[in-house]
Amino acid sequence: MEKQWTAVIKPKKKLLDLNLKETFKYRDLIWLFVVRNIKTRYKQTVLGPLWFVIQPLMSSVIHTLVFGTIAGLSTDGVPQFLFYLIGSVTWALFSGCLTGNSNTFVGNAHVFGKVYFPRLTSPISTAITQMFNFVIQFAIYLVMSLIFFLKGEVFQITWVAALLPLLVIQLSLLGTGLGIIISSLTTKYRDLQVLVGFGVQLFMYVSPVVYSANELLGRKLYIAFMLNPVSPVIELFRYGWLGAGSTPWMYWGISWVTTVVIFLLGVVMFNRVEKNFMDTV
Amino acid sequence: MRSEQDIAIQITNLKKMYRLGTIGGGTLQGDIQSWWARVRGKEDPNSKIGSKAYKKNESFMALDGIDLTVYKGERLGIIGHNGAGKSTLLKLLSRVTGPTEGEIKIDGRISSMLEVGTGFNGELTGRENIYLNGAILGMTKAEIDRKIDQIIDFSEVRQFIDTPVKRYSSGMYVKLAFAVASHLDSEILIMDEVLAVGDMAFQKKCLDKMSQVSQDEGRTILYVSHNMNTIRQLCDRCIVMDHGKIIYNGEVEEAIEIYLGLIEISKQIIDLTHTQRTKRCSEGIKLQSIELASHDKWQFAVGEKIQFKLTLKSTKALQNIGFRMRVSCADNTSVSMLLAPKLITCEENQQLSVALEADISQLAPGKYYLTPSLYETTDVGTQDFYDHMNNAVIIEILATENFNENMEWESRWWGNIMLPPLKKVD
Repeated sequence: MEKQWTAVIKPKKKLLDLNLKETFKYRDLIWLFVVRNIKTRYKQTVLGPLWFVIQPLMSSVIHTLVFGTIAGLSTDGVPQFLFYLIGSVTWALFSGCLTGNSNTFVGNAHVFGKVYFPRLTSPISTAITQMFNFVIQFAIYLVMSLIFFLKGEVFQITWVAALLPLLVIQLSLLGTGLGIIISSLTTKYRDLQVLVGFGVQLFMYVSPVVYSANELLGRKLYIAFMLNPVSPVIELFRYGWLGAGSTPWMYWGISWVTTVVIFLLGVVMFNRVEKNFMDTV
Repeated sequence: MRSEQDIAIQITNLKKMYRLGTIGGGTLQGDIQSWWARVRGKEDPNSKIGSKAYKKNESFMALDGIDLTVYKGERLGIIGHNGAGKSTLLKLLSRVTGPTEGEIKIDGRISSMLEVGTGFNGELTGRENIYLNGAILGMTKAEIDRKIDQIIDFSEVRQFIDTPVKRYSSGMYVKLAFAVASHLDSEILIMDEVLAVGDMAFQKKCLDKMSQVSQDEGRTILYVSHNMNTIRQLCDRCIVMDHGKIIYNGEVEEAIEIYLGLIEISKQIIDLTHTQRTKRCSEGIKLQSIELASHDKWQFAVGEKIQFKLTLKSTKALQNIGFRMRVSCADNTSVSMLLAPKLITCEENQQLSVALEADISQLAPGKYYLTPSLYETTDVGTQDFYDHMNNAVIIEILATENFNENMEWESRWWGNIMLPPLKKVD
């Protein structure tokens, strides 16, 4: 009788050998990672979880001040504060997934170097943590929009709002995909680690977070701007929950294609690096 | 004869190659340059001139064709010198890194303890860390729920279990970590000297626990250590590794003997100028060399006295610097100390030499390490080191003919020091 082996370790050759079954076995670990991420984030801070609330509110106040009042950028006729708040909340989801995952290998080298578990558990749990943050921050947005509504401000919620889950998944996939591409490359090239910090900052300014895409409408730049996969997603968010801006369906389609390509590329690279990165890190 | 079904781990022709020196060009630009040159079939602009066989010359085989079969329920010890490939083998087995060639087949869940407390987070409490660490090591939440009380009891830190582990003493930390690891249900346990931590009582507890799980539950254990005593206690088979190969596979005592036999005796003149210092030492005076005067090799017959000469170089004017050498056996337990207190007084920037005689006639046959150090004592009974090199000198004492009535002096039972024979009194 041929012997059944639990595992056979060989030099890795297959391009896609994801071992999703094994990753699923470690679902408790993913969950515990998420709990750890959330619990340790604000330990030993005075305000604790209140920071979840303060961050988007503060940045929206500043955005309102700088871009709304001083620069006088148009917010398509909806309350400025809500306009900026929904922008920062959605942006935080994307950038959180990106920066959170961009250091997976180097940051976890001390753990990865000592014990084996499916490495994909780490980016998956980071993405789930970010989604959890998003849910809380979005709840704050809802509370704020209720307050503005009661004050009699004008905005409307359209049916596009129902696309929310799809948009959240898309931003998480995109951010995670980019993040793990960067983390795979940083095992060899530390240059990227430096880039991530201010790269994300710059990236925000080419996405419609602090201004409306309509500002660019009709210009040649608009097409290039909308090819940024994040742009149509934020536009749809705003259109859905504020009734402001546009519904660039075609660009949204392109954005999905980009997202899927980036995510798959990320997973393939991650998978290639995973096995031997301890030798080069 | 054991059948294939009883095999827990089967390793065939396993190789692991590391590239020496810096890895890659280090920058993206350098790597792209090298790649582009290779694509066009030109010489790599980043390789050293003339080093065409780049790959061959700059690689190092950490494992060079390992074949090994481990049966279920075996407790296998792995010994060898630093750099022999032990840790690399364990890393490959625990899938931390992949092999370059060859294959490992495993039957059963494997858990490795290359380090205890992997993934512990200082901010989380002891209880939370048990869950996190347990899950990293492959347990499910339900399993941990079932065992949490056993784990806490074993760790002896119940009182502090809901305190963040960053407030723990290092001993408590290790105990908690080991408690988690030792309650794993996996069929194969891989350990790398994790037992070299904690107090004596806890160490014993750990060893007993390991023996117990192996005997009662038929688990397979792979254990790497430099401590021959724990290997003796725990293992029932042992392999010796040297330069990436297995050079012996079999009886534990035999393996230990072969391992100890690999130790090379020091040459007559020992140059210490480039030797790594193993303690934090003050600047002022350093040993340059130790030269044996009475013999031409650090190998003596039992009962002999030896003479040697120290060469030292000072950078400060100092008084009453002491010299001493710790004598320890090959398994690193201390045997005794050769002392020369207040030996040296020197001027600034002086080169000096001192001749010494050591009476080592009471050392039993065997190999010993000597650890020379220069020190200064203070009025309050503490000491400052000027120089210290672990195991810098290796000596061997040989039994002479008719020594001990031709019985082998097995130091495991007989000890390392021969006290003068008993005298009959009236």
